Amino acid sequence: MAAKTLTIDGTLVSAREGESILEAAREAGITIPTLCHLDGLSEVGACRLCLVELTGSRRLQPACLTPVAEGMEVRTSTERLREHRRAIVELLFAERGHVCAVCVASGACELQDLAARLGVTHVRYDYLAPACTVDISHPRFGIDHHRCVLCTRCVRACDEVEGVHTWDVAGRGTAARVITDLHVPWGQATSCTSCGKCLHACPTGAIFQRGSSVAELKRDPGVIALVVAARKERW
Amino acid sequence: MSSTIVIDPVTRIEGHAKISIYLDQAGAVQDARFHVTEFRGFERFCVGRPFWEMPAITARICGICPVSHLLASARAGDAILAVNIPPAATLLRRLMNLAQIVQSHALSFFHLSGPDLLLGFDADPAARNIFGLIAAEPELARAGIRLRQFGQELIEQLGGRKIHPAWAVPGGVRSGLDAATRAAFAARLPEVRATTLDALSRLKAMLSRYADEVASFGAFPSLFLGLVAEDGTWEHYDGTLRVIDHEGGILADGVSPSDYQAIIAEASEPWSYLKFPYYRPHGYPGGMYRVGPLARLNLCRSFGTPLADAELLEMRQRAGGAPVTASFFYHYARLVEILGALERIGELLAHPELDSTTLRAEAGVNCREAVGWSEAPRGTLFHHYRVDPNGLIEYVNLIIATGQNNLAMNRTVAQIASRYLRGNQLDEGLLNRVEAGIRAYDPCLSCSTHALGQMALDVALVGPGGALLHRLTR
Repeated sequence: MAAKTLTIDGTLVSAREGESILEAAREAGITIPTLCHLDGLSEVGACRLCLVELTGSRRLQPACLTPVAEGMEVRTSTERLREHRRAIVELLFAERGHVCAVCVASGACELQDLAARLGVTHVRYDYLAPACTVDISHPRFGIDHHRCVLCTRCVRACDEVEGVHTWDVAGRGTAARVITDLHVPWGQATSCTSCGKCLHACPTGAIFQRGSSVAELKRDPGVIALVVAARKERW
Repeated sequence: MSSTIVIDPVTRIEGHAKISIYLDQAGAVQDARFHVTEFRGFERFCVGRPFWEMPAITARICGICPVSHLLASARAGDAILAVNIPPAATLLRRLMNLAQIVQSHALSFFHLSGPDLLLGFDADPAARNIFGLIAAEPELARAGIRLRQFGQELIEQLGGRKIHPAWAVPGGVRSGLDAATRAAFAARLPEVRATTLDALSRLKAMLSRYADEVASFGAFPSLFLGLVAEDGTWEHYDGTLRVIDHEGGILADGVSPSDYQAIIAEASEPWSYLKFPYYRPHGYPGGMYRVGPLARLNLCRSFGTPLADAELLEMRQRAGGAPVTASFFYHYARLVEILGALERIGELLAHPELDSTTLRAEAGVNCREAVGWSEAPRGTLFHHYRVDPNGLIEYVNLIIATGQNNLAMNRTVAQIASRYLRGNQLDEGLLNRVEAGIRAYDPCLSCSTHALGQMALDVALVGPGGALLHRLTR
């Protein structure tokens, strides 16, 4: 496999052919914010937090889906990008009902971490404050749609890693919701194996252990990559 | 000519309020209203939440007494799970509630009412605050702040943070308190006990100086309601409800707090967001009752600890017998409760059961409707929930201590205005005393309306025709 040499934030980086800018940056110790990306799952480029500037391209490109190329010049943290990222996170907050103070995932939430890291001190947009449902019909897990950012990590973990595809997305735009089976309450979704991978994949408090109280959620998103890597070793 | 006096906002209370004083044709005080101007909506927006989240959500009702809501809510959760929680969890919850009574009462006495009591009701308002107190009595102010710190730090050690710990959960508590930390808190008890005894002796010395205030700051017959232990001693967590009249006659006893609706009903008035609970058998507004430190000390046979019992006996003697019906004595009762709470904290810190690591019972939804309760610093608190079969909240009713004192607070404002109003002009002396009279109840309005706006004082004087005669704001 041919090595590619590119520049990320002024640093010369060597990457494998076919690698994404995100992977190359991480290997070089450069952090690009992500939300819908999860190690072990396919990329969907949905959240747009990993957008980067490429010399010669007027468009911003998602680092997770853009392969490295020889001589590429990438900028990951310009003022323009930082402003875009802040706006994206603010819009996520404005779209549903995220209340960190009383959230089961407070302290263990990627959206909260992103907001803190990107300097989101307030939200400039009107909150949509939709009336979302909470489904705790499953004996072990619950989903609170107020806290869902539609990253589809649960959908991909269920489909690609557990091989079940209990989760999917229904509806469009602000009416889109993740659903279980053919939009039945989770407790009635017969395909669900109760494996809990969606819980580990969820970046926010949307999917939680039933019975969790505030700021109590414990989970390990790294478990997905671990399962995937272990299978590659064995099979 | 008739008139209304408006005090808006009322200062050094927890929340936002204004006061209107209505005069009749002869210029005498006809009525007074203590308007609570906040609206919060917890009973509505908690609908749809899993009940496991309710302790931490309802704790956000208040930054002063989050522990009361936390415990009442967790207890409602215990009842939904239909479990007996581990003994150590009960003891730890009791410990946290006592720590909260200490810190909240210390805040009321030293930070909020201390400036009135220790600097005088007619002292310059610019200096009649905690900073004025620090300048005038640095040692006392420091000791008072340290007393509050003791309670707050004990809460922090138990729950991970001083304000809004999410520590008590349906089924028990999340974490215990190790022996070394318990010993460290026990070692601090002599200092905080001395602070409380010093404050008590100062307050006793003031009683004769403030005889006029004692006689007019809510000195009237009313019922009293609160928890008492099975043996009739002071209680703050378990026990049953007792209601007495102003002569000490027992009207209701042994009532399970789950059956609160048998004895408590709520009225509402268009001029305040704060509801008016009353003793159901006596109707509205005749069923006026008081809750909180004075009520608890009126209801109990004894406190159950030596130092507090000696002080309780003396308080009853100084007040001219039990029950004590003058609300000025709320301050006194608060200090006696701090003392007793410190004694009980000492007992609990030495309890061997606290070494247990079994702290939380697990169960599913076994009961669809439940009531949780606790004695908050300001009085008895009820959380009443109904859940769907999965545990999502369908109905919430919160009955808050300050609400239960609402009728008595209105009556107190009228009594003080009648005593201190000269003509149809508001003066500082009246303003100060009306505010101080309200402060005797240590009202927590953010709690009681389950707060928006800026804190200050607004009093209006209104004539019989509704004309605004005079208005003072600061």
